[in-house]
Amino acid sequence: MANMAQAIRMALHFAEKNYELKDIFGQDVGAPLGGVFTATQGLETTWNSTLDERGIIGMAMGIAMAGDRCVAEIQFADYIFNTIDLLKIAGNTLWCTNGQYNLPMTVMTPVGAGIRGSVYHSHSFDAWASRLAGWKVVMPSTPLDAYGLLLACIKDPNPCLFLNPKALMRVRGEELLPGEPADERDLKTRIDAPLGDRTKWKANWPKLEEYLIPFGQGKITRAGEQITVVSYGRHLLVCNEVADQLAGQGYSVEVIDLRSIYPYDWQMIKNSIQKTGRVLFVNEDTEVTNFGEHLAYRATTELFYHLLAPPRVLAGKNVPGIGLHPHLEDNSVPQKHEIENFIREICAEVP
Amino acid sequence: MAKKPSTKKSTTKNNFGGLDKKLILQIHSHMVKSRVLEERLIKIYRAGESFFWIGGTGEEAWGVPLGMLGRIGQGPANDYFHLHYRCTPTLIAMGLEMKDSVRLMMNRSTDPSTGGRNFSNHYCFPKWNVAPVTSPLEVQYSIACGTAHVQKRVGKKAITIVTGGDAGTAEGDFASGLILASRRGQELPMLITVQNNKWGISTGYDGQHGENFIADRAKAFNIRARVIDGNDPIETYLCVQEDMEYIRKTGKPAFIEAHVSRLHGHSSATGANKELGEVDPVTEFENELLEADLLTEVQVKTIWENFEAEGVRATELARSEPVPTADSVWDHTYHANENADWRKF
Repeated sequence: MANMAQAIRMALHFAEKNYELKDIFGQDVGAPLGGVFTATQGLETTWNSTLDERGIIGMAMGIAMAGDRCVAEIQFADYIFNTIDLLKIAGNTLWCTNGQYNLPMTVMTPVGAGIRGSVYHSHSFDAWASRLAGWKVVMPSTPLDAYGLLLACIKDPNPCLFLNPKALMRVRGEELLPGEPADERDLKTRIDAPLGDRTKWKANWPKLEEYLIPFGQGKITRAGEQITVVSYGRHLLVCNEVADQLAGQGYSVEVIDLRSIYPYDWQMIKNSIQKTGRVLFVNEDTEVTNFGEHLAYRATTELFYHLLAPPRVLAGKNVPGIGLHPHLEDNSVPQKHEIENFIREICAEVP
Repeated sequence: MAKKPSTKKSTTKNNFGGLDKKLILQIHSHMVKSRVLEERLIKIYRAGESFFWIGGTGEEAWGVPLGMLGRIGQGPANDYFHLHYRCTPTLIAMGLEMKDSVRLMMNRSTDPSTGGRNFSNHYCFPKWNVAPVTSPLEVQYSIACGTAHVQKRVGKKAITIVTGGDAGTAEGDFASGLILASRRGQELPMLITVQNNKWGISTGYDGQHGENFIADRAKAFNIRARVIDGNDPIETYLCVQEDMEYIRKTGKPAFIEAHVSRLHGHSSATGANKELGEVDPVTEFENELLEADLLTEVQVKTIWENFEAEGVRATELARSEPVPTADSVWDHTYHANENADWRKF
């Protein structure tokens, strides 16, 4: 099975061939490196930009304004913050021009902790991104979803933000991408650049097929009756793990992978909460004005009489950064045992 | 160091750089029209029929030739214009009708640029490749590199033109634009310009700059650069024409720092009153034309009166037109009006 970096690479290749994607760029995106996570190796339209995040986003906006699709990468989301007003402008360009200029651009950036990345390789961006009106924002938890969500972003006529959880870039999925060879070693030989001299290397792409995950469509990854857990990205996999463990102890946990942060699948969340009466929102962005708070607010106001316990949010602590020492990181972003404890507490509540 | 050119300046008053009389009179006509329009917008603001004015009085001699010389049309085979909020003269030269500027000023839903959503002079005309003007300063310099990048790929010798003010060159995006436009072997076909009116709202140029000319910064990136008198429409016309030809021929960028006037202050926020001591490029040029017998007093009077009447008609028309409805606030958040309201997810 492909890992997430390979899935992203294959999506970009598919888009080059089928969606007229003409520019994939950012710092170290082109040859020889092909991205710090190798996600852009072997592609035809990659190029290296200056080390200038604002220049990268501005360039992407201009390319999109001229009608061409592009994918721009900010190497780590920690460095996207100085582009925030350009992201605002990209999101409001269609609106400000009364529908005249749409920007078919995708920005992808690795997010989150989990690789001992210290203060400036651990930031999350989903809560910030949810406030960028005019953008569509997604975050995959599996390679197959990464493939389907990235293709949906590139094909969409609006600015799209593809947040890839950096800790999952080397994690393999459980489902093949459409057209992916079943043999993992075969895939590696075909699309992973060799170490050393790469000047004569060319990828031998498998015959991939289109696979699109619609925006605003979540996925129930564990069915359950007792509590709803909504997450995305890296923590979705942790929530799955906790649900499986607790199943052996008599808990019935329904896990929803939101996948698309904006627009989001409220109907799936709503139907699940109406069934379970309990809900926990889990993500690793900081906890104050967290996106999970918006969902918790909505669950409270719209589903109050269905609830058996207050909706809860488990998110990153509202500290200035993720400290390098594991004691600091682990006490900053949600851990498996905390998710388990929250689920137990919520399920123990008696109305 | 960038220097003022001497050969392009219209030093002989009757020569006008050797330009054709019809062209010279067209420049004058556009300059007057732009001035009348901007003064009309200020009147509309003063009458309480608009919330805010910002515009380009004093930039007519620079802006009009720029608009006349571009290759006008839609798509990357034509020139792109990434303008700032003092570019009415350029738009007039490109064919802007007064009524469309007034509609923008009065926030009418008929405003073709923003549908009543943004300030005056925040133009947007896809049919002419005019990118939306933004209030944040200088972001246009890096965005412009994107359209130039596509034009280079398309290979039709079209160029991207970007304008901005002197104070905004302190923003990092200005440097981003210079760097992206000038990477060796990947140069972009761009006319990068700065209109230096020596002001940033109330803060003067002196004391905020260490460089002799802003154009010197472009020189540092091996961009062909010069400083011109942007209050002289003939010098501007000849220099812009020459630089556009250079860019189309070489595919490389050129830079012009044009020294211009700011005749009504920053905006209505600073009163929009006529500034004393600034050169008025419209009347200066008009006097030159009168002296050279290219125009008569009667003709001048008629030109101004006709544009004044057009401005009045435009205002009356805009007054009669609808404003945006409250329920249109979600429109165009996403393309094709796909729902973006979370309440409906």
